Amino acid sequence: MSKKGFSKKVALLVLAVFMLAIVAGCGGDKASDKASDGDNKVGDTIKVGINCELSGAVASYGDNARNGALIAIEEINKAGGVLGKQLEPLVRDNQSKTDEAMNVSAALVDEGMVAQIGPLTSGAVAGSTPVMMENQIPLIAPAATANNVTVDEKADKVRDYIFRMCYRDSDQGQRMADFAIDTLKVKNAAIFGSTSDDYAKGLAKYFQEEFESKGGTIVAVEGFMNGDKEFRGPLTKIRGKNPEFIYVPGYYTEVSVLIKQARDLGLSVPIGGGDGWDSPDMVKVAGAEALNNTYFTNHYSVEDPDPAIQSFVEAYQAKHKKAPDSFAALGYDSVKLLADAITRADSADPVKIKEALEKTQDFTGITGKMSIDEQHNPVKNIVVIEYKDGKLVSR
Amino acid sequence: MEDKRRRWGKFLLEVIVLAALFTVVQYLIATGLLNRYYQINLTLMGINIILAVSLNLINGFTGQLSLGHAGFMAIGAFASVIMTTLLGYPFMIGILAGMLAAAVAGFIIGVPTLRLKGDYLAIATLGFGEIIRVVLQNIDYIGGPAGISGISKMTTWPVLFIATVITIVVIVNMINSSYGRAIISVREDEIAAEIMGVNTTKYKVLAFVVGAGFAGLAGALYAHYFYIIKPETFNFLKSFDILVMVVLGGLGSTTGAVIAAAFITALNVVLQEYAAVRMIIYALILIIVMIYRPQGLLGNKELTRRSFDKIWSGRHVSSANK
Repeated sequence: MSKKGFSKKVALLVLAVFMLAIVAGCGGDKASDKASDGDNKVGDTIKVGINCELSGAVASYGDNARNGALIAIEEINKAGGVLGKQLEPLVRDNQSKTDEAMNVSAALVDEGMVAQIGPLTSGAVAGSTPVMMENQIPLIAPAATANNVTVDEKADKVRDYIFRMCYRDSDQGQRMADFAIDTLKVKNAAIFGSTSDDYAKGLAKYFQEEFESKGGTIVAVEGFMNGDKEFRGPLTKIRGKNPEFIYVPGYYTEVSVLIKQARDLGLSVPIGGGDGWDSPDMVKVAGAEALNNTYFTNHYSVEDPDPAIQSFVEAYQAKHKKAPDSFAALGYDSVKLLADAITRADSADPVKIKEALEKTQDFTGITGKMSIDEQHNPVKNIVVIEYKDGKLVSR
Repeated sequence: MEDKRRRWGKFLLEVIVLAALFTVVQYLIATGLLNRYYQINLTLMGINIILAVSLNLINGFTGQLSLGHAGFMAIGAFASVIMTTLLGYPFMIGILAGMLAAAVAGFIIGVPTLRLKGDYLAIATLGFGEIIRVVLQNIDYIGGPAGISGISKMTTWPVLFIATVITIVVIVNMINSSYGRAIISVREDEIAAEIMGVNTTKYKVLAFVVGAGFAGLAGALYAHYFYIIKPETFNFLKSFDILVMVVLGGLGSTTGAVIAAAFITALNVVLQEYAAVRMIIYALILIIVMIYRPQGLLGNKELTRRSFDKIWSGRHVSSANK
């Protein structure tokens, strides 16, 4: 009895010490943060908030985008920084949650960031938006593709401080429709996309609109849910309609299996999709042969011989032992665009940075040459990539 | 007579303490000493307390393992936002609609599933929670998977404070009433309770409906603070988050649920700067508590003024014995 009570007491003590250590540790860190705050007022660093999904459902997006952004910051700092000051990244995890994205933004504002990179998904950006607007600090979303991220569609107003680095769902769907009709010369197509998220739904919608407006016919529309593994039923139905092209907007997890099953059923027509396809797992799961004659719209191509892209790919590979995906490239470009805007504004004042971002013309990043339009979207080329024997080839 | 006076004295003291707490925080917010970041976490804390206390009624006091609490929260959130943002009614109506909708959903789900026991009930409620989420995801009127954004921020500190206090007061009083005794008897021994003439199904459903209703309240408050809601936010992981708070605090202890909800929210704040190790530390704390205190921090005891007295006098006695 007394022994039991004793061990309990010990356990409680351990827990108490443990918690005290955490609190003390944090307290200490806070204090040192404050100290560096003081230094900053003298002015030797520019604080850039990085609000990314580092854990939770889409942790890989956030992880890669952060890696890309940090490489850009490192490069900039090595070259002497911006306006003679070093960029100081403040990396925080929003756990892939909208409320936590807002929470993180509020914390970063508190720590004195001048601009925020991230979050990656449209929902998390929407969570972070009110804090950024309230505090008048610009946010660059590397990969939030939903149309209403930068525009309040209800009030028909541009969200002043929200910018994005990627093209929208509508641009991507249209691009693939144009590609199918103009380059592949097909006249009818089937759509077989994910119905679990707005990204795939948006792509399907804009593809259909553009395809039909250019005189094509959509012969079948089928859907799947994220997490599905069996697609042969709808695929057989689609085969019965004899489409010349199948548009499959969705993520690589399902699409890779879907393409393999389509080829097994003898559907040899070209298949197209969006940037959700971008993953090394595609080739691993579907196999190089099944992927021949498939095309997807993407932000950039790792295989692009452009020296800026190759030096980024090399730096990334050296550091992280894997090829940078689109999120990494977009994270990298977001930081570069921010640095460019700070230089043009000749000030690290958030409002001036925002004004400079709005005036961006012909900024050259590794995801292409772009200008920011009046709705805060980048106007840039959308790359169409073809799988050829397991290799990515840009078209 | 004396007893009555003492009860009044206790009540008065409670009111004074609550009023003081409210005023101090209100003052800190008004003067800007409590910045936006801490305000967000204060709000989260209040919402988590409501969720934990209401789930504790179902899991802790009634002894029915429910894993669908986030689903009720989602219903409350969406119902209230439909009322306020989409139809333009005042916030109060939104809150009531959210609570009512969640309670009705609790009733509809509770009647068939509460015949199940233990693991089976857990799985059924888990399934229902997911069904709610998937159904919400496929209703275009409320934005599908993207949810509704542009909700105005109406959850202020007074609203949050009053809602939290009402939740705790209602649930504590319910437990201390004859209904509560019946509910606890269901947890202790369902068969014995039934033999004694307790309508166990009725009390189980009652606890379920009340718990769901308050989860709806939490959902309504959440929606009107975080600007955007989408069904994905209310997945089963959210249910587990709430369950962790209840288990950590002690199944069947309202004060435990409050303390654990506050503690976990605060822990999240403290560890935010250590993104990489946050989940590890969080998990470690849970493991340590579960190994050394499987009944939760407070077990099924309540932390009251009397227990402070007890601890004090206990120490006093033991030191005297030495």
